[in-house]
Amino acid sequence: MTALQQATEVVDPVPGAQAPHLPGQPDLVQLLTPEGERVEHPEYSIDVSDDELRAVYRDLALVRRWDVEATALQRQGELGIWASLLGQEAAQVGAGRAMEAGDMAFPTYREHGVAWTRGVDPLHVISLFRGVDMGGWDPIAAGLNLYTVVIGAQCLHATGYAMALQRDGAEHAALAFLGDGATSQGEVNEAMIWAAAFSAPVVFFCQNNQYAISVPIERQSRVPLYQRAAGFGFPGVRVDGNDVLAVLAVTRAALAAAREGQGPTFIEAFTYRMGAHTTSDDPTRYRLGGELEQWKLRDPIARLKAYLSRSGIADAAFFDGVDAEGDELAARIRKGTVEMPAPAGTEIFDSVYAEQTPELARQRAEFVAYHEGFEEAGE
Amino acid sequence: MTQKLALGKALNLGLRRAMEDDPKVLLMGEDIGRLGGVFRITDGLQKDFGEDRVVDTPLAEAGILGTAVGLAMRGYRPVCEIQFDGFVFPAYNQLVTQVAKIHNRSRGKLPMPIVVRIPFGGGIGAVEHHSESPEAYFAHTAGLKVVAVSNPVDAYWGIQQAIASPDPVIFLEPKRRYWEKAEVDLDAAPGPLFASRVVRGGDDVTLLAYGPMVKTALQAAEAAAEEGRSLEVVDLRTLSPLDLDPVFESVRRTGRCVVVHEAPLTLGLGAEIAARVAETCFHSLEAPVLRVGGYDTPYPPSKLEEEYLPDLDRVLDAVDRSLAF
Repeated sequence: MTALQQATEVVDPVPGAQAPHLPGQPDLVQLLTPEGERVEHPEYSIDVSDDELRAVYRDLALVRRWDVEATALQRQGELGIWASLLGQEAAQVGAGRAMEAGDMAFPTYREHGVAWTRGVDPLHVISLFRGVDMGGWDPIAAGLNLYTVVIGAQCLHATGYAMALQRDGAEHAALAFLGDGATSQGEVNEAMIWAAAFSAPVVFFCQNNQYAISVPIERQSRVPLYQRAAGFGFPGVRVDGNDVLAVLAVTRAALAAAREGQGPTFIEAFTYRMGAHTTSDDPTRYRLGGELEQWKLRDPIARLKAYLSRSGIADAAFFDGVDAEGDELAARIRKGTVEMPAPAGTEIFDSVYAEQTPELARQRAEFVAYHEGFEEAGE
Repeated sequence: MTQKLALGKALNLGLRRAMEDDPKVLLMGEDIGRLGGVFRITDGLQKDFGEDRVVDTPLAEAGILGTAVGLAMRGYRPVCEIQFDGFVFPAYNQLVTQVAKIHNRSRGKLPMPIVVRIPFGGGIGAVEHHSESPEAYFAHTAGLKVVAVSNPVDAYWGIQQAIASPDPVIFLEPKRRYWEKAEVDLDAAPGPLFASRVVRGGDDVTLLAYGPMVKTALQAAEAAAEEGRSLEVVDLRTLSPLDLDPVFESVRRTGRCVVVHEAPLTLGLGAEIAARVAETCFHSLEAPVLRVGGYDTPYPPSKLEEEYLPDLDRVLDAVDRSLAF
């Protein structure tokens, strides 16, 4: 074994499971085991009512149903592409539910679970992947920035937003989402340097789903990602990303610290992308099927369902009700997708600038005249 | 009231006035606070407006532009200083993929009133990356507006107009003209920002320039006048959007057009201008539109920059070729 191999040898962080390439981490925050047992953690606790637990389950289940429907719609040619969140529902719903009104989320292109918790209509997200627009919701009103496709660019936006919160004296925080691959981006590192320098109220929420499309986490980092925070001078926490209660507890604490002026936190939500990177991807080319089977045993929804059932917080009628609601949601998404009107061609000209330029106005008029020419010719 | 001001001082006073007029205006950049900027353009502003409004940033240009986006989302009007032209490229991703596109992406819900001040161009004997003219990269990017000032009056008023603009503006400052002086009327703006201006009337050839080359063009016109040739000089001022109506009007009279810029010739602003003049003034042209620019090389070591940069003689050479066509 070479020195490099030794240095990067890793151990599965989730107790009781074998995943040979995962970095070792004894400090993983967990409040709900993969088997659905409630456990305590010395630093993080959570006080959730039964009603809230059921609501969390409902969020997880409905977001997954939406995701399944969107994947099907892509396969049927109704969407150009879809980025599935399968397996990451707990990380996203937990983080999203930790936010308060006035907080602002800065998503990547996969944060459908966060969008759901911010009350953004799934059809607004779908319209982006159908190619109708670039995200039709009002970012400020929703507390959710538009999806950002360039990897990591939104981390700087979140940091700048947090600097504005400081100047406004607003006791809110920004929550920047990123993936494991994004931690290699210079801009992400700059964002953490800035956040530290200005003690900005921003939380970096990294979903380490272990793959940047096909490239595994070892190519991005020789140390567990949460440990990088120490180098920037603020706390880093690794949480079981498939444990919605732990994610909720850790993110709530980090956001509260940010709002109180204690500066940034880096959260590594350790999870797994159970599906493909997007519908254009084929994960069988770069990972073994056995890995997925292992992670199915840690499914974020199944473990909460096991806990709710065993503890009597929810019964079969509740789960049946959520399933039925999911089917209704899927039907609404399907109908809304196929009936989504195509945008007018002139829209491409209308929002390039706040103050339209004469040249673009000229090109728009030329565009209109060109297309009207076909109509007059009856073509 | 008028005051005789150097171009750099006019910028300083323009920034000061913009900050006084709008508490949402804040300055961000490297060394702009305590030092006042390497060219002292922000001299004294941190002392008077505080560290929250004149922000000495970490040394990271993408960070400057990326955080400016987040600040703009909450209604701030960040004015970012890039220390030298060649150092804008680490911020290029944020400028092109985010600053330029967010208004469009959000269908107008997220305006980006960000100004990026860049000292640009050569002629100061500097080392590599300190003398470049990157305007074409930005003028080619939908969503950005690009202006280049040439004189203290436009510096004083232009910076205020750029800050007031609801769109992102790349504000190019001719660094070798920072010390050029002129009388500046501090009470009345001379006109809108996104407009070109005829700065010397003439009948034989239309000469187009912007930024540091306006002075060179005016010197060429002066020299040509001694030989009995009448050159009309247009200061383009705005590079995106281009304002070419005054140019078309001029070329229809002169029939000849020469474009001057420091940036490399190929696919520079001169190429676009030549195409538009040809499209619009084809029947008035007596000669092809000629371009005088830097060569298609990296900016040279400073001992060679005088040979690289367009000067009075190269401009007059092009004028001669146009007239001889």
